[in-house]
Amino acid sequence: MSFDNVYEAITEENDDTRWAFGTGFEDPLSGVDATVPPGVTADQCLALGDDALIMSHRLQEWVTRAPELEDEVALANIGLDLLGQARLLLTRAGQIDGSGRGEDDLAFRRDEREFRNVRLAEIDGGHFGHLIARLFVFSAWRLALFGTLLEDDDPVLAAIAAKAVKELAYHREYAVGWVIRLGDGTELSHRRMQEGLDATWPWVAELFGETDRAEFDDVVTRVLDAATLTVPQTASVGGPGGRDGVHSERMGFLLAELQSLARAHPGATW
Amino acid sequence: MVSALTVAAGVTDPELPMLTLADLGVLRAVEEHDGRVVVSITPTYTGCPAMDTMRDDLAHALLTAGYSDVEIRTVLTPAWSSDWITDHGRQALADAGIAPPGPAPATGGPVPLTLGVTRRAVSCPLCGSTDTGEISRFGATACRALWRCRSCAEPFEYVKEI
Repeated sequence: MSFDNVYEAITEENDDTRWAFGTGFEDPLSGVDATVPPGVTADQCLALGDDALIMSHRLQEWVTRAPELEDEVALANIGLDLLGQARLLLTRAGQIDGSGRGEDDLAFRRDEREFRNVRLAEIDGGHFGHLIARLFVFSAWRLALFGTLLEDDDPVLAAIAAKAVKELAYHREYAVGWVIRLGDGTELSHRRMQEGLDATWPWVAELFGETDRAEFDDVVTRVLDAATLTVPQTASVGGPGGRDGVHSERMGFLLAELQSLARAHPGATW
Repeated sequence: MVSALTVAAGVTDPELPMLTLADLGVLRAVEEHDGRVVVSITPTYTGCPAMDTMRDDLAHALLTAGYSDVEIRTVLTPAWSSDWITDHGRQALADAGIAPPGPAPATGGPVPLTLGVTRRAVSCPLCGSTDTGEISRFGATACRALWRCRSCAEPFEYVKEI
């Protein structure tokens, strides 16, 4: 086969199936050894899968609304990577808990209190500075966290983490580029980037609980220093959080949109 | 009958059809025992929606070639690296106007933080100039970035190191 460019190849023979990648919803862990080692619980895969699913949904909302086409493509790609991580992690969670639930059952047929994502992932709205602040915090935190899972007792989670680390490094690099560009840009862009960080910071403490945050804090300090921005001193939102199934008021609206089709048409395929 | 390995190695990537799955490094193993064929593939990106199509294409090619008992296994570890793209595959990419990836960054331990513009030496696949720049880190598929050549003024795609 020889084509002038790859798009000719994709459209060759007017083959419509080319535009339907991934719509078969086949088990994404198809063919992977599903054995669950003793002592491994589903909690971690469920929480990390929910983080990725909900953050991906929020990123998808920016498609058609990003300031430039290149950034729209970037946000869609990052959302796609996270959706891929969610599919693997939720499928694995269903294997571990022995309930027989697949990725669709977990994504579309659970109620709000059963979701375990951090509340940072469900925040929406604001301007591009808010979005970049959330994406920077989310990807820097998730990259550091997944780096600790590479030797996890569950070999499937360890393999997913090893893969995800490479993707998350690109996500963090993208967000860091914008934090520096906006922070060290004009007076207006600097102010808006700082606004985004200030609004995001109350949700940062929930990401860590009692766990180590040295790598995250080091990244934040260096990036904000390069961007001439300051680490916000805003108070944290306390109390039970997303890991306990307690979400912000935004979560119900998000799930209503995310789950409406699957709930209205049970068993639908497309 | 053509060997199962030859059949599987000839299947092309659905989104980069100038590359076979073997060129791309996605095809990890083809084992044949008593007429049963087990093919192992590894995803490039976790969200890559072409994976299902690759499975289907492999199964279809093997069934067409006369193998009736075919299993496609997904291998998650070791994770796919752009270093696995063969020399033949790199040439095929360049011939199609897509710049092949450079060496993948080292893995293990904390991922080093890069501040500011990352310098990557990417040659224009059309004129060969190294006076190139990134337009967007993310492109039409998960594995590609958008670049442009300042010498011949052409935009081009570039397979990311991962």
